[in-house]
Amino acid sequence: MKKFFGLFVLLALALVVSACTSDSNQESTSDPGSTDKPKDTSADKGEESSVEIFSWWTGAGEEDGLLALISLFNELHPEIKIENAAVAGGAGTNAKAVLATRMQGNDPPSTFQVHGGEELNKSWVAADKMAPLNDLYEANGWMDKFPDALIEMVSNGDNIYSVPVNVHRGNVIFYNMEVFKEHGIEVPTTLDEFFAVADKLQAAGVVPLSLGDKESWEATQIFENVLAAELGRDDYLKLFAGEIDFTDARVVAAAEKFGEILDYVNEDHASRNWQDSAQLVAEGKAAMINMGDWAKGYFVNDLKLVTNEDFGYFAFPGTVGDFAVITDTFGLPKGIENVEATKQFLTVLGSVEGQDAFNPLKGSIPARVDADPSKYDAYGKDTIEDFKTANLFPSLAHGSAASEGFVTKANQAVNIFVTQRDVQNFVDALQNAAPDM
Amino acid sequence: MQSKRKKKLSKDQLTAMVFLLPSIIFIIVFVYGFISWTGYISLSNYNTIVPDFSFAGLKNYLYLFNDFRFRADLRNTLFFTILFIAVVILLGLVLSILLDQKTKGESIFRNIFLFPMALSFIVTGVVWQWLLHPSTGFNKFFNLFGIQPKWYTDTTILAGFKWGSIEFGLPAAIIAVVIAAVWQMTGFSLAMYLAGLRGIGDELREAARMDGATEFQVYMKVVLPLLLPITMSVVIIMAHISLKIFDLIYAMTGSGANFVTDVPGLYMFETTFRGNYYANGAAIAIIMLLLVAIFIVPYLWNSRKGDN
Repeated sequence: MKKFFGLFVLLALALVVSACTSDSNQESTSDPGSTDKPKDTSADKGEESSVEIFSWWTGAGEEDGLLALISLFNELHPEIKIENAAVAGGAGTNAKAVLATRMQGNDPPSTFQVHGGEELNKSWVAADKMAPLNDLYEANGWMDKFPDALIEMVSNGDNIYSVPVNVHRGNVIFYNMEVFKEHGIEVPTTLDEFFAVADKLQAAGVVPLSLGDKESWEATQIFENVLAAELGRDDYLKLFAGEIDFTDARVVAAAEKFGEILDYVNEDHASRNWQDSAQLVAEGKAAMINMGDWAKGYFVNDLKLVTNEDFGYFAFPGTVGDFAVITDTFGLPKGIENVEATKQFLTVLGSVEGQDAFNPLKGSIPARVDADPSKYDAYGKDTIEDFKTANLFPSLAHGSAASEGFVTKANQAVNIFVTQRDVQNFVDALQNAAPDM
Repeated sequence: MQSKRKKKLSKDQLTAMVFLLPSIIFIIVFVYGFISWTGYISLSNYNTIVPDFSFAGLKNYLYLFNDFRFRADLRNTLFFTILFIAVVILLGLVLSILLDQKTKGESIFRNIFLFPMALSFIVTGVVWQWLLHPSTGFNKFFNLFGIQPKWYTDTTILAGFKWGSIEFGLPAAIIAVVIAAVWQMTGFSLAMYLAGLRGIGDELREAARMDGATEFQVYMKVVLPLLLPITMSVVIIMAHISLKIFDLIYAMTGSGANFVTDVPGLYMFETTFRGNYYANGAAIAIIMLLLVAIFIVPYLWNSRKGDN
């Protein structure tokens, strides 16, 4: 028996030793020793030579974009090793859970993907887990390269906490051009025009608006656009700053119009996700879909449709001239060891080159206003133009306008509203959740 | 002699202890320790990403029981559990009795029925999501007859009456989920019952037949009562699966419109990991633990009495 026990101890020891050696192996391979880029490596001393990038970009276009960005970085900084720590899962559901565990266990990744706005401010900045990046912005002269409204979204007080790499627009409606032509329909610019168009389509037996709200955010996205249309951008901002109540008459009106819009969606919306519902538009069974411009990537890359031939796009009725911003940003967590190397990565991320390597593949537009429009398709060029002139407002459904807690509760309220259509209940639920914004 | 035996026993016990000790420590820390921690969090104000361990009393529990979604969850869990267990037991029993008739190619049938168990719930969920999708799958066939079942997108509550803020009754959408869960788990109850049937000696049935019992009476009076302990085990195992169910529903239906297919597991996940309401999430987890305990504790109590 003694022998057996000895064996057990030996085995345990072997395990520990092997764990240690594999650790040290990793360190030695990541050690570059090469210093052919003296300007960047002044602070790099071996242990600061790797950057772990945490994101949920594992899908088709987004992964290509991330890999292009990484290979650009490798070219510029061969001495710094990149670890791609992407966690799969739609819209970051799984990644956010992993990130929360790591952050709270004081094992932050070097840098991680986070939506600009309250998703950043109300969680990681509020928990004092992020380091300010003002010096990086100043050193690179970024203050006038990103729109002020965007910088404000990634700032808290005077401190800037992350670098935006892309921008998606949330208040777009994509439509099937053939269906519009067949029924002689003009692009609606106001909600009233939209309802007229929707009636006409419904009478002709076409689903006017395609919806897939198996997860609630698709419906929440429609609601946020109706809110922006009813309130206007400035009061939309005040609403989420807590200066206007959700019981305000215009919010109630928005909820009522949201309910009316829901009368025009496909019956099986609860069983579809956004791709399934975008397919309805591609097949001509539905005429329109309100979706962020990742849907364009899906139409063009996956369904092989041609922009402005098969499908067109217009701003959500009533929000022409406004721009619902969804922006992916990367920040610098406190307490990481390789601060300098991570800052090198953030520098590339915020550069014109970096943004132009990433965004054409991801299907988004660059967050910088001076990026090269010739690298983007017709939709991208249009949107880049709009982005420069439009009034930016943060998206609720994608965590920019309010904290994740509020978004969760808002999604819950929307889910109930979609079936019950009880405006009073809906507005009350939002108002009750307002302290969590 | 006696003293020697005693000494040997204690040495055996000692080695046993040495080998058991690591797992005992792990279980104390990682099971009971974490249960206590969860319980503690559920009584705190830790409802943002910034830790706040101040005592909140039963606030989080009260919030949940006033919450539309959580009430719907409890309703769904109740009806899901009852339907799921009843169908799994009935189907498993019927199939095992049929298989027990010295069927030709019995092992082939046994494997066919057991195979779904080799899949994980997440796969079952994806497959049945497509099969029962309102515009594809089975419905293509049903459409030929002009029927258009909505399956899991149906928001009607069967035989419902208003109870507080929720409609209390059987959510029609749950039936679709039960079909998928039954498809997956019937093999298990079939295997259990088959083993049970094989354990009942032929002489017992023969004796009954000699006494003039019909085949039906043999089953009703002799076989089924002897299968009771197996039924107990199947109920316990299915109950804890159904009370904790998450992956099947996550993949197949999500929360569903109006939360008709939502369950506490889903709500716990979303509350904790999307909303950062850690205290609320912990409270849901504790309630789930208590629900399971309602089934498990009497069983454990019973089996402990049996040991003595």
